[in-house]
Amino acid sequence: MSFDVASLRRQFPILARPVNGKALHYLDNGASAQTPLAVLDAVRTYETTARANVLRGVHALAEAATESYETARADVARFLGVAADEVIFTGGCTAAINLVAQSYGSLLKPGDEIVLSVLEHHSNIVPWYQLAQRAGLKLRPLPVTDDGRIDVSALSSIVNARTRLISVAHVSNVTGAVADVAAIVSAARAVGAKVMLDGAQRAPHGPIDLPALGVDFYAFAGHKAYAPNGIGALWGRPELLAAMPPFMGGGSMIGSVSFEAITWAPPPRRFEAGTPPIGPAIGLGAACRWMMELDWTAVGSHEMGLTQRLMDGLAAVKSARLVGPAGLQGRLPVVSFVLDNVHPHDTAQILDSYGVAVRAGHHCAQPLMDRFDIAGTTRACIAPYNDNTDVDALLDGVREAVRRFA
Amino acid sequence: MSDALYHDRIVALAKSRAGAGKLEAPTASARRDNPLCGDRVTIDVRLDDQGRIAEIAHQVRGCALCQASAVALTSRAQGRAKNDMTALRAEIDAVLGGTAGGEGDFAAFAPVRPYRSRHDCVILPFEALKDALSSASSS
Repeated sequence: MSFDVASLRRQFPILARPVNGKALHYLDNGASAQTPLAVLDAVRTYETTARANVLRGVHALAEAATESYETARADVARFLGVAADEVIFTGGCTAAINLVAQSYGSLLKPGDEIVLSVLEHHSNIVPWYQLAQRAGLKLRPLPVTDDGRIDVSALSSIVNARTRLISVAHVSNVTGAVADVAAIVSAARAVGAKVMLDGAQRAPHGPIDLPALGVDFYAFAGHKAYAPNGIGALWGRPELLAAMPPFMGGGSMIGSVSFEAITWAPPPRRFEAGTPPIGPAIGLGAACRWMMELDWTAVGSHEMGLTQRLMDGLAAVKSARLVGPAGLQGRLPVVSFVLDNVHPHDTAQILDSYGVAVRAGHHCAQPLMDRFDIAGTTRACIAPYNDNTDVDALLDGVREAVRRFA
Repeated sequence: MSDALYHDRIVALAKSRAGAGKLEAPTASARRDNPLCGDRVTIDVRLDDQGRIAEIAHQVRGCALCQASAVALTSRAQGRAKNDMTALRAEIDAVLGGTAGGEGDFAAFAPVRPYRSRHDCVILPFEALKDALSSASSS
């Protein structure tokens, strides 16, 4: 069955909103994706029929809220191919990485090493830097190739007997390159290290088979995956989660409390202190269900077709240069580029006047900007609801930016 | 929309690069980064015995608004007393705030007013100059 983008677009009411007198061409999906009616409806249903706190109430609304919340957890788990009690709801992807850095990190010893990569988002650098400062650990960055991939050929010289964890982006938020997870897991296993993936840019592109990836921790954000803000998920291997101390104390995460001794609840509750973001979690569950109902062979083909159209269009602009893989192999539809003599902010501002929403700047990836000796890039991220008109409007705006400034 | 923002004078200022470069023997130098976008401005100043800005130069890794602002600022600052810089900052703030039209090339930044996310692009060279003068005072 062919993919009907027009029908899909009707599920996203915001796409009908004009911007600057033009049709909206929303290509800032890597920062925040839009939310379909199915997700909005799920949140509204909770807020209007079952709004109550979860876990402790015995009344009807509390029961309904708890059931919806735990159903959402099960849906996220299905999306990841794992068991529900291995999924922790967090405030977002950043919160999930910080959870591992604080909790799993507290088990590490001075002299231990954590391997990251040069292309990481700051959210997968700063928590580890803070931990390293606090606990006397060493951070070892993997280099990045000229086409914006993690250079796995360097694993053999960087991963060693002191390595405890390798934490990298599943998909780069700048270059769109998909990490060679098999090589990374293999290198980690050889020295007994764990692997964490930051899946923020991977999750919006369909269900993930975590058992096949063979990693130990996986984090992703709701708002980039068609869900509300303020929610994310962390998956961890159950034996690791069971050995990890809580990183935040409060209600719901305890077994028993006295002034003499406190015991911890088992995961995932141990890591969900206080009242969780219930509505957003229900929205995330709905977003995962929505994604699981799509035909990702067709959607993926649609997304990569648009990516090719975008890259072909940029190739015809003399002053444009891609920052990332030139082909479609081993990449997702996150496309960064620079224009000679045109600053990314100016490009993005011109594009805004064409109704095109993109991201411009360093994308919270300053080490990668330094690697390429650039101040920033302009980035377009394609989602299932994008179509040819979005790409063509962007290319029109790019040509205007070049005409104006170059 | 962007036509209003990137009008001819702004583009001309940005492209002119007037005052761009480094001083051979600056009294002080300061670099300012915008942590949100990665823009970077370095300002070199040489003060004379009376505390006037005898020479000033800028290096900008930033957008057209930042480039244009650095050109306009260094042009206005040249030969002025360092204490006058507070007035120049107040003037550009007033232009961006819509409470004054601004003199000379500062007036070119009036169209930036509705684009609040871009105000910092214009302000960055002013912040770098402030730091440079502060450093000169303390050295």
